[in-house]
Amino acid sequence: MAATTTVTRSLPALPEGWSADKDFKPITKITASSQRTIEPVGPHFLAHARRARHKRTFSEDDRIQAQESAKKIEKDDESDESEPEDPMMLQREAKDWKSQDHYQVLGITKYRWKATEDQIKRAHRKKVLKHHPDKKAAQGSSEDDSFFKCIQKATEVLLDPVKRRQFDSIDEKADVEPPSKKESGKNFYKLWSRVFKAESRFSKQQPVPMFGDANSTKEEVDNFYNFWYNFDSWRTFEYLDEDVPDDNENRGQKRHMERKNANARSKKKAEDNARLRKMLDDCSAADERIKRFRQEANAAKNKKKNDKEAAEKKAKEDARLKKEAEEKAAKEAEEKAKVDREANKKAKEAAKTAVKKNKRILKGSVKDANYFASGDATAAQVDAVLNDVDLIQGKIDPDEIAALAGKLNGLKVADEIKGVWSGEVKRLVGAGKLKDGEAKSLV
Amino acid sequence: MAEKGGNKLGVSPDERCAIGISFGNSYSSIASTIDDSPVVIANEDGDRQIPTILSYIDGEEYTGNQAKAMLIRNPSNTVVSFKDFLGQDFKSIDPTHCHAAAHPEDVSGTVSFKIQDKGEKEASTLSVSEVSTRYIRRLVQSATDYLGKKVTSAVIAVPTNFSKKQREALVKAANDADLEVLQLINEPIASVLAYDARPEAKLEDKIIVVAELGGTRSDVAVVASRGGLYTILATAHDYEFAGVHLDKVLMDHFAQEFMKKNPNVDPRENARSLAKLKAESEAAKKSLSIGTNANFSVESLAEGIDFQMTINRLRYETIARKVFDGFNRLVEGVIKKAGLDVLDIDEVILSGGTSHTPRIASNFRSLFPDTTTIQAPSTNPNAINPSELQPRGAALQASLIQEYETEDIEQSTHAALTTVKHITNAIGVICVSDDGTETFTRIIAPETAVPARRTVHVAAPKDGGDVLVKIVEGGTHIKVTKPEPKAKDNSAKDEDDSDFDDSEEEEEEHREKVWKIGTTLAEAAVKGVKEGGKVEVTINVANDLSATITTREVGGKGGVRGNLKPA
Repeated sequence: MAATTTVTRSLPALPEGWSADKDFKPITKITASSQRTIEPVGPHFLAHARRARHKRTFSEDDRIQAQESAKKIEKDDESDESEPEDPMMLQREAKDWKSQDHYQVLGITKYRWKATEDQIKRAHRKKVLKHHPDKKAAQGSSEDDSFFKCIQKATEVLLDPVKRRQFDSIDEKADVEPPSKKESGKNFYKLWSRVFKAESRFSKQQPVPMFGDANSTKEEVDNFYNFWYNFDSWRTFEYLDEDVPDDNENRGQKRHMERKNANARSKKKAEDNARLRKMLDDCSAADERIKRFRQEANAAKNKKKNDKEAAEKKAKEDARLKKEAEEKAAKEAEEKAKVDREANKKAKEAAKTAVKKNKRILKGSVKDANYFASGDATAAQVDAVLNDVDLIQGKIDPDEIAALAGKLNGLKVADEIKGVWSGEVKRLVGAGKLKDGEAKSLV
Repeated sequence: MAEKGGNKLGVSPDERCAIGISFGNSYSSIASTIDDSPVVIANEDGDRQIPTILSYIDGEEYTGNQAKAMLIRNPSNTVVSFKDFLGQDFKSIDPTHCHAAAHPEDVSGTVSFKIQDKGEKEASTLSVSEVSTRYIRRLVQSATDYLGKKVTSAVIAVPTNFSKKQREALVKAANDADLEVLQLINEPIASVLAYDARPEAKLEDKIIVVAELGGTRSDVAVVASRGGLYTILATAHDYEFAGVHLDKVLMDHFAQEFMKKNPNVDPRENARSLAKLKAESEAAKKSLSIGTNANFSVESLAEGIDFQMTINRLRYETIARKVFDGFNRLVEGVIKKAGLDVLDIDEVILSGGTSHTPRIASNFRSLFPDTTTIQAPSTNPNAINPSELQPRGAALQASLIQEYETEDIEQSTHAALTTVKHITNAIGVICVSDDGTETFTRIIAPETAVPARRTVHVAAPKDGGDVLVKIVEGGTHIKVTKPEPKAKDNSAKDEDDSDFDDSEEEEEEHREKVWKIGTTLAEAAVKGVKEGGKVEVTINVANDLSATITTREVGGKGGVRGNLKPA
C-alpha cells in the first residue's frame, strides 16, 4: 500500500503572501462517498480485513506486521539448539567415515531421518563455524582438521539423496526395538506404534497407515496389517559393502567382490524382510484388537447359530407340547365317555330293575286284589287282568310305572287297588293311549 | 459478497489441503498452488479443462471428455450443463443446453434427472444437487490423485449473479462430496487475482473489464482495482452470445455444405448426427483459435455418408460475425452501465474458453484505446491461458486463506468488513506543466475504498524554494475534438490517461480523457526545497472520510501535516 509513484511535473511555487497556521490550510471536506462492496479476495483484502478487525491504522499495521515477521526469523534460529558433542566423537578420523554416525557429527540426532535438507545445511554451517581448522589454528591448538573432515563427509552423505538413503537404511540408532511381551502390557499401543513409526521411514508409499489404539475400527486394523504384510521397502544395504578394489589390475578380484557384495546385500535384504515379518507376527499375535474382532465375529456367528438352534428347539418343544395337550385332551374325553357309558349302563340297569320291581308291584297288586274277583278267581279272569296289566305296563313309561307302583304299594284292599287301576286306565284313555273298551277288566 | 464457508466438515487449518475449483456449465478446472504459484491440475485423462458432464453406462460412471463422447451414443444417461440449475426452481431454469442429453425434470419443485445409473436396473431420479456432488467428488479425486494427499477444502469461483440460494446449494453439494468450501469467490475477481498474483505484476490503481466468455453464458464485469482491493462497479450477463452460439454457426455452415452434396439429407434432423456435428464443430472452432485452417471430418455423419471439409479462419469470422459483434456490444454496454467510457478502462482481461478466439481479442483491441492492455493470448504473448484464470485465482485465494480458522474466514468476509465507503472523486495535487498551465495530478483514484493511503513524489520547481501543495478533487470528462486537434499537452496528464496523439491520421473524431480540477480540499506549503528536490505527498483517508495529509521534502525532516474533518 505504501508504494509510491513519482510525478515528474513540478509543483507550483508558493505564491507570495501565502500564509497559514503551521503551513497548512484546510478548505473543504471530501465529497460524499458511495457505499460499495469490496471483494473479499486477495492478499490486500486480507490486510484490509486484519486492519479493520484489529482497528489498526496503516502505519500501526505495518509496524506490527514487521515485528511479527522479524520474530519469526529469530525463532527459526533459536529452534536449533546445539547438541552436546561427545569428546570421543571429536577424536574420530575421517577415514573411518563408514562407521561414523553422520547425524551425531552434525548434531542433529533428534531429527535423524526426519531432518530436512535445510536443517542439515544449517547444522553443517554451525559445525563449520565451530570446527574450522583455521579457527583452531588461530586459537593456538594444533592444526588437526580430522573432525572437520568428518563434518564434511557427513554433510556430503546426508545432502546426497542416494547416499543418505543408503545411510538411513543402516542407521540402527533410528530403529525402535519392538517391545518384549512383558513390556508391552499396558503400553502395548504406544510402544508398538513407535516401532512402526520408525519402520515406516523405509516405505516407498507414504503416508503409512497408523497403528492406532484400542479404539481403532476393524477396518483400520485390517488396513494396517495388510499394508505392513505387503510392505514395499526402499531399504538397501549398499552402505555395508566391502570396498571394491578400484584398480584395473585384477578384474577377476573386482568382479568377485562385486558379486560378493551383491549377494550380501540381497541376503541382508531377505533377513530384513524376515525380521519385519516376524515382528508383525509377534505384534499381531499379541494384538488384543485382533482377538477382540475375532471374538466379536465368532460371537456374531455363534449368536446366529444359537438363535437358529433355539428357534428350532422352541418349535420342536411347541410341537411336542401341542401334541401332548392333544393327547391328554383325547384321553380325558375317552375316559369321560367311558365313565358316562358306565354310569348310563348302571342307570339303565337300575331303571330296569326298578321297572321290574314296579312291574312286580303292579302284578302283585292285582294279585293282592285277587284279580278283582270275589272268591277264587278263575283262570280266565286272572289271564284277562294280567293281560290288561301287561297292556297298561306296555303303554306307560317306567316313570309312570314307578308312580303307579307308588300309588299301589301298600294297598291291600281290592277296591282301593281297583280304584287306582281304573283311575290309571281312565287317564290313559283320556291321554289317548288306551282305547275305550280296552283293559276292561281293570275298570 | 461475504460468503460463508462450509464449516460442517470441521477441517482444522493444519490438516487442510486446499485447491481452487472453477465449476462451469461446460467445463470445470481444478488448480493448486505449488510454491505459491498456481498450477492447473490435469485429470487422469490428461485434461486441464474437464467437461462438466456426468454419464452412466452399465452402472459405470464417466466424467469429463469420456462422458462427452457418450453424448453421441448414450445421450439419455448423460447429464450436461447442470451447474446453473443448482438451487433453482424448476420453473426458473433454462433447459436449452440439455436438449441433446438427459432432460431435467420437475420433482416437487427441484430439478432432477432420470438416469439409469445402476446398470440394467430401473432408472433412478437424481436431483441436480446429487449430480453436482458426484461430479465434484470426481474433481476432488483427480486433485487428490495428482497431489498425493487428500484434498479437504476448496475455494470455488462462481458467477457474480449466483443467488444466495444457489451459493448455499453449491456449498451443500460440495459438503456432501466431503469437501469443505472455504469461500466462494466471484469469477471475475478470480481472473483478476490470477493476473495480479504474477510476480511481475505491479500494484496499480486501475479499472479492469473482465470478460468471461464461456460455453453457455458470457459475463462481463467492470472491476476497480485499488491498491489490491477489488470493487465490482457493474456486471452484465448474457446467454445469447457464448461459445455454443459459435458452435451453432459452424454447425449450420457444415450442415449446409453437407446438404449441398447430399440434398434432402439434413444431419440436424437426426439426434445422433446432430451430436456428431456438434462435437466436431466444437473441435473445429478450437482448431480455428490456434491455426488459420481447420479440418471438419465426420465418419457417417448422416445416413452412413462420411463428410469432410476444411474451413479457414476468415470464413469462420465472417459467418460468426453476428456473435462477435454481440460480445462487443456486451462489453460496451457494461462500461456504460458503470458510468465509464472505454477511455477509462486500463485493462481488459479475457477469460473462459471462448476467449481463445483471436477475433474477439482483436475486436476488443480496436474498441479500446491503445493504452488499454488486452489480456488475451492473441494480443499479448504474456497473457495467461484464459481457460486457466479462474481456477488459478481460486487456488491462490485458497492458499491465502487455508491457514485460517473457518470462523476467521467467515468473520473476515462478513458484510460489515466488505461494505465500505468509496470516495467518488479523485483526489490529487495541482502541478504546473511546462507551458505554465495548472493540471491535476491524481493521487487517489475515484472509487477507492477507504481507508486508503497513497503516497506520491512530486518534483519541485527546478530551482527549489518554497512550493505550494494544493490538494484538490478532480473529475474526468471526455473531450471530443474534430480532426487536427489543438496542441493540447498530453504529457500534463496522469500516466493512465489515454492520448490519441499517435493516431493523427484517423479522420474520425478525436476523443481523450481530460482531468478537470474540482474543489480545493487543502493547501500546504513546503518551504526551502533544495534544487532538483522532490516533495512527498501522502494522503491518508480514514473510514469516516477524514483525511490526513502529510507533505515533506523527500529526504528532509519534519514536514507539514494537517487534517481534514470527516465528511
